[in-house]
Amino acid sequence: MHFGFQSVTEEERREKIYQVFESVAKKYDVMNDSMTLGIHRVWKDILVHKMNPCPGTLLLDVAGGTGDIAFRFINYVRSVRQRQLQRKLKHHQNLSWQEIFENYQKDKFNSLGNSQVVVCDINREMLKVGKQKAQHLGYSEGLSWVLGNAEELPFDDDMFDVYTIAFGIRNVTRIDLALQEAYRVLKPGGRFLCLEFSHVSNPLLSRLYDLYSFQVIPVLGEVIAGDWKSYQYLVESIRRFPPQEELKAMIEDAGFFKVDYENLNFGIVAIHSGFKL
Amino acid sequence: MRQLLLRALRAGVPLLRAASASPGKCPPPQLLGRPGLSLSRAGPSAAPVPHPLLPAGRARPSHSEPWGRDGRRGEEEEEEELWHQLYPGHIPTSPLQKALLATGSAVMALCDPYRHDMVAVLGETTGCLALPNLRDKMKNHPEGYRILQERPRIRLSTLDMDRLQGLPDGTLGREYVRFLEDNKVSPDTRMPPKFVDNEELAYVIQRYREVHDLMHTLLGMPTNMLGEVVVKWFEAVQTGLPMCVLGAAFGPVRLSTRKLQVLATELVPWAIRSGLNASCVLNIYYEQRWEQPVESLREELGIFPPPAVRV
Repeated sequence: MHFGFQSVTEEERREKIYQVFESVAKKYDVMNDSMTLGIHRVWKDILVHKMNPCPGTLLLDVAGGTGDIAFRFINYVRSVRQRQLQRKLKHHQNLSWQEIFENYQKDKFNSLGNSQVVVCDINREMLKVGKQKAQHLGYSEGLSWVLGNAEELPFDDDMFDVYTIAFGIRNVTRIDLALQEAYRVLKPGGRFLCLEFSHVSNPLLSRLYDLYSFQVIPVLGEVIAGDWKSYQYLVESIRRFPPQEELKAMIEDAGFFKVDYENLNFGIVAIHSGFKL
Repeated sequence: MRQLLLRALRAGVPLLRAASASPGKCPPPQLLGRPGLSLSRAGPSAAPVPHPLLPAGRARPSHSEPWGRDGRRGEEEEEEELWHQLYPGHIPTSPLQKALLATGSAVMALCDPYRHDMVAVLGETTGCLALPNLRDKMKNHPEGYRILQERPRIRLSTLDMDRLQGLPDGTLGREYVRFLEDNKVSPDTRMPPKFVDNEELAYVIQRYREVHDLMHTLLGMPTNMLGEVVVKWFEAVQTGLPMCVLGAAFGPVRLSTRKLQVLATELVPWAIRSGLNASCVLNIYYEQRWEQPVESLREELGIFPPPAVRV
């Protein structure tokens, strides 16, 4: 089993990864911004736009820790819902002020249109940071936080419309199990979306990327978070992760159909998508 | 020089190979036998292979052969020597990483003076000229040489606090314990070195850090900003470490004008004079001098009595 470039047993790997995220949890967002120069926000926005959820969607965000995908999902659904309500009201002509008021009242308590997102993470610290962030930013409706393992999800079969895992599947010890669990908890017709660091095929860019990853990122980790080793692990784990085609094959093996991937930034990041049919 | 260049490029070359080879020790069963995917590596072994070029008894490698497994070991084996962990906590770094660390930690230490780890990192990454000098000064002095051989450590576990507290007032041991209590500090909070690429120099910098509190005691300076700056001036003159020089130069930025005045007119001139006059402070085996009165130790070293100002 590998932990970055070290060799460890499966149990050791799980524990080491837990410790990595326990120690980086508080500075996770700051580090993401400084390592990717803020570009990770664009990647996550693209993921949610690709998902294009409509109100009433039930999303499971695995390894969702600090809640980035969950908050974006809520924002997206809220704005879609707003537009829906506006369109509905436009169709009603000659309404009295009383009726308009009642319409708004009725739908105010439904600003998300019954959409919900469940954030599941194996690490308590990351969930704690996520909950604090939600409180700070004012997200409360349609959001729940669950402690769980991606390889063994605490949910029933056929529950969710969409399953996302952003920058988390790399840290799962048994990726095949996680994919099988994803298949299990999705409803028929449900969508699997995975946002993850991947393989850069352009040789020049690849060398620059390697140079940046191995020379700069651990230094940033030491200077900003006081933690070199966790960020050394991060860049090593990216190199160890299967490239786009291999991951696509693994997703197909779990039973998903119409599996495809989209490279972002020449393959630095890739979004894999599949459907349970 | 070539070694250094190779080290800097090292990050690039093997990773391309590593990235194109298949991952990990336990590939999912579905991948075996899949056409078109070559599993050229059997998978990393659990225990690190003893390195043929390293003499037995050298510290063990921290990464087990991540690269060069495809039969290209030959050219990289010599470089791997430099990349092994030389002491517990050692993180080997390339020259570029050291440069980035030095700038980053300098900026961070200025922005947030409570980041003591950044001050430590700055010291380690910029000390490549001053540390060998210090080490040589210690080697050429009988007591310093003994310290290098015996490698004593000042930690709460090695100090007999009760005995030191029982010593008469004015002795080094009693005053040191008083200093620790008054300022609520402990000798165990010193960061172990991480980025020094030589095991002996790592001890030298560790010794310097552990002796820092004793400097405070000898100079009679508390751990507030003003006191720290004064000690930094003294240490800058004594050790020549760039971190001390930078700390001495930029530390006063955060002081009030009144304190700056006291600093400039009385404390700094005294600190510089004492620093120049005193013999190397790392050459004293402090652990064997607890009973010695502070005054006598000051005289022996050549530190002038501190000026009568409130710090």
